[in-house]
Amino acid sequence: MQHRIDIKKYGPRGEAMAEAIQSCVHCGFCLAACPTYKVLGEEMDSPRGRIYLMKEVLEENLTVEEAQPYLDRCLGCIGCMPACPSGVRYDELIVSYRAFSEPKRKRSLMDNMARRMIAETLPYPNRFRAAVASGKVGKLFKGAMPEKLGAMMGLVPADLPEDKPLPPIYPAKGRRRARVALLSGCVQTVLNPDINWATVRVLSENGVETVIPQEQGCCGSIMMHIGEEERAKKLARQNLQVFVPDEVDAIITNAAGCGSGMKEYGLLFKGLSEEAEAEKFAEKVQDISVFLDSLGLKPPAELREPLTVVYQDACHLLHAQGIRSAPRNLLSSIPGLTLLELGDDGLCCGSAGTYNIEQPEIAHQLGQRKVQHVLNTGAQAVVSGNIGCLTQIQSHLANRGVSLPLYHTIELLDWAYRRKAQT
Amino acid sequence: MDHQPFFAALQRIYPKERLLTKGVQLLAYESDALTSFQTKPSAVVIPESQDEVIETVRLCHQFGVPYVARGSGTSLSGGSLPIENGIVIALNRLNRIKKLDPEQRIAVVEPGVVNLQISQAADRYNLYYAPDPSSQSVCTIGGNVAFNSGGAHCLKYGMTSNHILGLKVVLADGEVVEFGSESLEGVGVGPDLIGLFVGSEGLFGVALEITVRLLPKPELYRTVLAAYNDLETAGNAVAMVVASGLLPGAMEIMDRLSIKAAESAVDAGYPENAAALLIVELEGESEQVETEFEEIMDVIKESGSYEIRVAKDAEQRLRIWKGRKGAFSSVGRLSPDYVVQDGVVPRSHLGKALAEIDRLSQEYGLDVANVFHAGDGNLHPLILFNGREEGALEHAEELAGKILKMCVELGGSITGEHGVGMEKRNYMPAMFSEVDLETMKTIRRQVDPKEISNPGKMFPGGEAPALKMTGMHPLEAKGIISRE
Ligand SMILES: Cc1cc2nc3c(=O)[nH]c(=O)nc-3n(C[C@H](O)[C@H](O)[C@H](O)COP(=O)(O)OP(=O)(O)OC[C@H]3O[C@@H](n4cnc5c(N)ncnc54)[C@H](O)[C@@H]3O)c2cc1C
Ligand code: SF4
Ligand code: SF4
Repeated sequence: MQHRIDIKKYGPRGEAMAEAIQSCVHCGFCLAACPTYKVLGEEMDSPRGRIYLMKEVLEENLTVEEAQPYLDRCLGCIGCMPACPSGVRYDELIVSYRAFSEPKRKRSLMDNMARRMIAETLPYPNRFRAAVASGKVGKLFKGAMPEKLGAMMGLVPADLPEDKPLPPIYPAKGRRRARVALLSGCVQTVLNPDINWATVRVLSENGVETVIPQEQGCCGSIMMHIGEEERAKKLARQNLQVFVPDEVDAIITNAAGCGSGMKEYGLLFKGLSEEAEAEKFAEKVQDISVFLDSLGLKPPAELREPLTVVYQDACHLLHAQGIRSAPRNLLSSIPGLTLLELGDDGLCCGSAGTYNIEQPEIAHQLGQRKVQHVLNTGAQAVVSGNIGCLTQIQSHLANRGVSLPLYHTIELLDWAYRRKAQT
Repeated sequence: MDHQPFFAALQRIYPKERLLTKGVQLLAYESDALTSFQTKPSAVVIPESQDEVIETVRLCHQFGVPYVARGSGTSLSGGSLPIENGIVIALNRLNRIKKLDPEQRIAVVEPGVVNLQISQAADRYNLYYAPDPSSQSVCTIGGNVAFNSGGAHCLKYGMTSNHILGLKVVLADGEVVEFGSESLEGVGVGPDLIGLFVGSEGLFGVALEITVRLLPKPELYRTVLAAYNDLETAGNAVAMVVASGLLPGAMEIMDRLSIKAAESAVDAGYPENAAALLIVELEGESEQVETEFEEIMDVIKESGSYEIRVAKDAEQRLRIWKGRKGAFSSVGRLSPDYVVQDGVVPRSHLGKALAEIDRLSQEYGLDVANVFHAGDGNLHPLILFNGREEGALEHAEELAGKILKMCVELGGSITGEHGVGMEKRNYMPAMFSEVDLETMKTIRRQVDPKEISNPGKMFPGGEAPALKMTGMHPLEAKGIISRE
């Protein structure tokens, strides 16, 4: 598509935005893959429409404010990218655009408070834990934003599991086949610390030594996602300092959004002194499923009882990183486990970072759609590679009065190995 | 004209979320898949029921406000381009499959239903909806009806018009009529009004409900990929298959540029270094397909192909098709700007036509990617240009015009399936005499006396919607076409 964007005006990211817009041919193939278009059926709420509106803003035919409602509704699920034959880098476009537009927009006082609250709390496990424990999250929102409060509180359990810090190094069992560093994450460690423990145990079983840099923090992906670029950079810088890519075979994450976010560190620091370092870091990032699948898994033991599970593709694994077969291969290698497919083309469940909090109505509709598909399969449990999806599905199942066990892929593998140890 | 009373009336039908009038909302609708044309409408309405559409059309008729119906906006000819001072009726929420009868093998659907969704819904009865435009995962049945869309497999099964059994339509003057019936036998009694409406590009009114024919899914597919060292030989291979008396489900050709584009988009696994690829697909009952497969392999082996591959399983077949179906858009990877043409030539002249396109491409110094429905001679030359260069679009359009003229001279047509729309209306006189065109207009005025239904499209000249591209059409300026 032709455009008249004055690229120089937009700093190092101008190029990336213009490039994405230029490669869009306005064919509409992405429409069918977009969750918000599915729900709303309006051009402004489609990928093609959003690209067009961003173009108009960057060409200065439209103000940031005018376009904002439609761009805010974008989940950032990247479902549109695999559907696009023209290879439009929507991921780079939306992240860059949000970074550009965020400082320019006016937000209500309440909105600003909520965002600050998110930005100051979610990335910091201790603060997040304290906020939940003290009920501060609830108090802050009370009255002013009941629906947002509901969305947020609905996802946070009343009792948080105990904190279980990881050691600096978790050794490999037997002959060492590889050495990796683990991003321990932020929200997930608070909500479910067992996922990290399962990760290091499974790695160890497979002869992998894991380093867990103790000074690390949140990877900054959530902040990138909502356009808080400076905060994202601050968080990312911390990790650039404490991870040493040259000393490990991979930097492992077990959260989909962190993986796709860290793979974009290069873009985050584009044109800055850290760019080369950030790219090097990004190249080492791997999702746990991909790492294990390419390493070659030691055969797990048979489950005690046969189990039928349905695998839910996290958007930031499937769409953003193109990870489809690795987790399926891992799960299928567990004897006694039957793997079912959802059959909904990987349409986003509506969780998407803070979307639940910012766009509760659409998130709700997408969540309901997702659990309907889950229930249609008749599976005994739901598996996903991302805690955000699991929490979203859990809360929507609860809405329907249904309770199903939910697991991270790595938890099931861990189970099978531990069972092996017992036998 | 004073639109105030008209808008007041619209507000009585639509809540404000479904009556879009803000600049930002209108901008999103200002183009279809042909972005060289843009027009901002006065409003976009999003009806959720047939009654709302009917009332809207009646209001438009009463107040003389032009409208355009819009499906998914994938038209490549400016068909769903808005009309200045007119409204857009966006049909995407009229997307219910109202009935699916496996006994009668029919489905009754609303116009906003996406083509592929019909096949998905019919799948459990082992049935499908045959017309398969490359855009089938997104384009709507309403748009397909308006353009009489075709696809790779229309070679064997015919275009959209061969699959529409019944239509409920609100005509431009507000009258609601039903054509055809649910039974196959019903077609053919009286004048073929379905035939008149299908392909009328939204000039008669809005389709509200469409009864389509479903077919049993083929038992077996055999998909063959043959690589050639030059495009003309591939074109001649098509003529050889046709001459052998075999009727494959589909026969498609892609040239070097489009192979490159598709390959980078979907890793389709096409043979490397091919100057042209021929995709031939046989489908139907197992036994017959197996027999025909042997025959067709003999023909293809004789046709000068240097590498022949046969899809081993469903997955390989889908990969071949994914590359083909995404070819247009993936050309966006080679060049951000292109114009697609849709001319048709008799199949026996395919080789000749392709050689001529190649010559023109060199003469104009512009790359032309060819990817097309070879089986029915429907060419899709994509002319690549750099829109940032002054006059580049005009230069590309001029080349496009030469190609279309060649199609007509070889005894073909200016459009196979994408419609005339906005883009090709000025080429109509190359195909039709003034008397023909006048007859068409007379018929149109019978149902649309005020000419409010998608005006400015299809017919040359006339009330052209105000475009950003103003003044004389570049081809007109160069004397290639004329509006007389
Ligand atoms: C990449 C790409 C590949 C394509 N490949 C093919 C192909 O292989 N074969 C092919 O035939 N086409 C193809 N097309 C063109 C396009 O997809 C078809 O013309 C399709 O039928 C348009 O459907 P739509 O829903 O997008 O309609 P729109 O573009 O929204 O509208 C098209 C026309 O239909 C009218 N219309 C829409 N709904 C109604 C209704 N309910 N009643 C009356 N009029 C209505 C509009 O006014 C307009 O004139 C392709 C397009 C793209 C972008
Ligand atoms: S599919 Fe790609 S090229 Fe087509 S409209 Fe969507 S983003 Fe643009
Ligand atoms: S990222 Fe997701 S929500 Fe946003 S435009 Fe793409 S598909 Fe739609």
